Amino acid sequence: MASETQSSQIAGNRGFHWSRLVIYGLLFVFALIYLLPLVVMLLTSFKQLPEIYAGSMIAWPRQWTVEPWINAWGKTCVGLVCEGIKGYFWNSIKMTVLAVVISTLIGLLNGYVLTQWRFKGDNIIFGLILFGCFIPFQIVLIPMAFLLGKMGIASSTAGLVFVHVVYGLCFTTLYARNYYVAFPDELVKAAMIDGARFFQIFWRILLPNSTPIIIVTVIWQFTNIWNDFLFGASFSTGESAPMTVALNNVVNTSTGEREYNVHMAAAMIAALPTLLVYIVGGRYFVRGLMAGSVKG
Amino acid sequence: MASLEIKGVKKRFGAQEILKGIDIAIEAGEFLVLVGPSGCGKSTLLNMIAGLDTVTQGDIVIGGRLVNDLHPSERDIAMVFQSYALYPNMSVEQNISFGMEMRKVPKEERTRAIQEVSKLLQIDVLLQRKPSQLSGGQRQRVAMGRALVRKPRIFLFDEPLSNLDAKLRVDMRTEIKKLHQRLGSTIVYVTHDQTEAMTLATRIAVMRGGELLQIGTPSQIYNQPANVFVAGFMGSPSMNLIRSRLEVRDGVVQLVIAEGGMSETIPLSEREDLRSFAGRDVIAGLRPEAIQDRPSQEGGYRQSVSATIIVTEPTGADTLAELSIGGRELIARLSADCNFQPGDRVRVSLDLSKIVFFDPASERRIGT
Repeated sequence: MASETQSSQIAGNRGFHWSRLVIYGLLFVFALIYLLPLVVMLLTSFKQLPEIYAGSMIAWPRQWTVEPWINAWGKTCVGLVCEGIKGYFWNSIKMTVLAVVISTLIGLLNGYVLTQWRFKGDNIIFGLILFGCFIPFQIVLIPMAFLLGKMGIASSTAGLVFVHVVYGLCFTTLYARNYYVAFPDELVKAAMIDGARFFQIFWRILLPNSTPIIIVTVIWQFTNIWNDFLFGASFSTGESAPMTVALNNVVNTSTGEREYNVHMAAAMIAALPTLLVYIVGGRYFVRGLMAGSVKG
Repeated sequence: MASLEIKGVKKRFGAQEILKGIDIAIEAGEFLVLVGPSGCGKSTLLNMIAGLDTVTQGDIVIGGRLVNDLHPSERDIAMVFQSYALYPNMSVEQNISFGMEMRKVPKEERTRAIQEVSKLLQIDVLLQRKPSQLSGGQRQRVAMGRALVRKPRIFLFDEPLSNLDAKLRVDMRTEIKKLHQRLGSTIVYVTHDQTEAMTLATRIAVMRGGELLQIGTPSQIYNQPANVFVAGFMGSPSMNLIRSRLEVRDGVVQLVIAEGGMSETIPLSEREDLRSFAGRDVIAGLRPEAIQDRPSQEGGYRQSVSATIIVTEPTGADTLAELSIGGRELIARLSADCNFQPGDRVRVSLDLSKIVFFDPASERRIGT
């Protein structure tokens, strides 16, 4: 009886409802609003310059061209050098990959120590690390510049990696610690009895079971570091600048005519890696953020 | 195989004393069960034997060697956890071999040991599976395999059966007992289930509130409980604890059960040791199976009394009956085919050889 009424209710839900129409209608409108800038960017990047100056923004290109993309990658002028953004793109890749890997690993290690090897005052240390999450970027600019100078890695990719690792640690530690708090400590105990030591337990037991939190941390760190402009603009000069700074230099040029199609293509290239990371890891991101919120 | 000695072991967390001085010694090959209600310190004690918890005071000696400051892996012990604690990222085979791998046992030897253990536990077809693909019982076997494969000197079991369903629990209990008989290993087993304690142990240690209340063979614990708590904790249904009085009438020690205007006097002719307690209130402890509906030969330790049936619960194998003797309500394990109805006034026979007495103030057992 109960199952019968239930199934008829479900069947009823499949029928036509005005409320459904309103919901989907609204969703469609908002999706359109959010997608519009991306569409304009993409269309513009495939148009020729005269067409852009003449036509309306959202018109379909009369003549498709990939010239702006090629220019953006290899020919456009960044400041005084006209070799495209490719060098800066690789700068960003190097910086981001290194900073993401290092900060994620250290964060996981911190989380492991803070949960499985409790010591006196561990919560105070965790609190202090957590405090780092609330320090605005701007406050650390001058002391950081001073420190980088002392360390001899100012204006270099290594320096930027260092800055991003230090700044990212607070977040990666927070994520890892909160994930490992729910990690069954009997597993660690069993490994101890089996004869595994500190790093063996970390590599063989903890890490292989940390996929969700690794993905969350990597996405978070990757987007933040890739998109960072302030640190990039402050702690790098000329050739060592990351993508975001280069993009700014391309777009904010004050000489010659404004090549909107090239600018749009450059901006698309700059956005591609984060887009890719989201598409690949996106589903884990939500899952990972929810993990541990419900005791299962 | 090794003996185990726990000498005056204490555990303190800050000002709180979790273990208040535990002394236990068992021979090699014994099966020691630590039993008690949750929070009694039994798991803490097991963790201390394993080396997963530090000893505040006292000594833990395994096979004549002081192990207080040894790392868990150097104590030559193996542990089976309540949650099984199988490494989820490894196959059954890898789970079993992990400990040997950490100890740098050569590959051929590992393979041979895994084969041997997996045959013994009948998990040889599961070796390539992941723990998530196993049933509860299979996980339990793998956890035991992981412990067995190392041939440690002492096995530690931390409530290994409490996550299994009732039927499987009984099967696994028997298997653990068989395994112990076959391998003759020294085992320390923690449980809160008194049936597991009774069926498995060669020695039971009953704990409560960080204290060891009694240690002895299952029969000692069951028949001569040291105090009211042990008496009530062991056995199901638990022992009847009857507030009553000892008196001497006609030169014989008598047990007087009286409540609400009714009373029953039971002569204890063989219990001269209780004469000094005459005229005092006591708690009499009588197991349900010591009350029977078939009065066999009278005299000696058997005594027939009248009782009123309150309710009967046939279990198939026997009938549990709540009945009133001298106004006190008792549980009796009667024969399966007894046809007593609620309200019936019947004669039941008491087996007085099994009756024990406790001092109501100290709750300790009195007499011999």
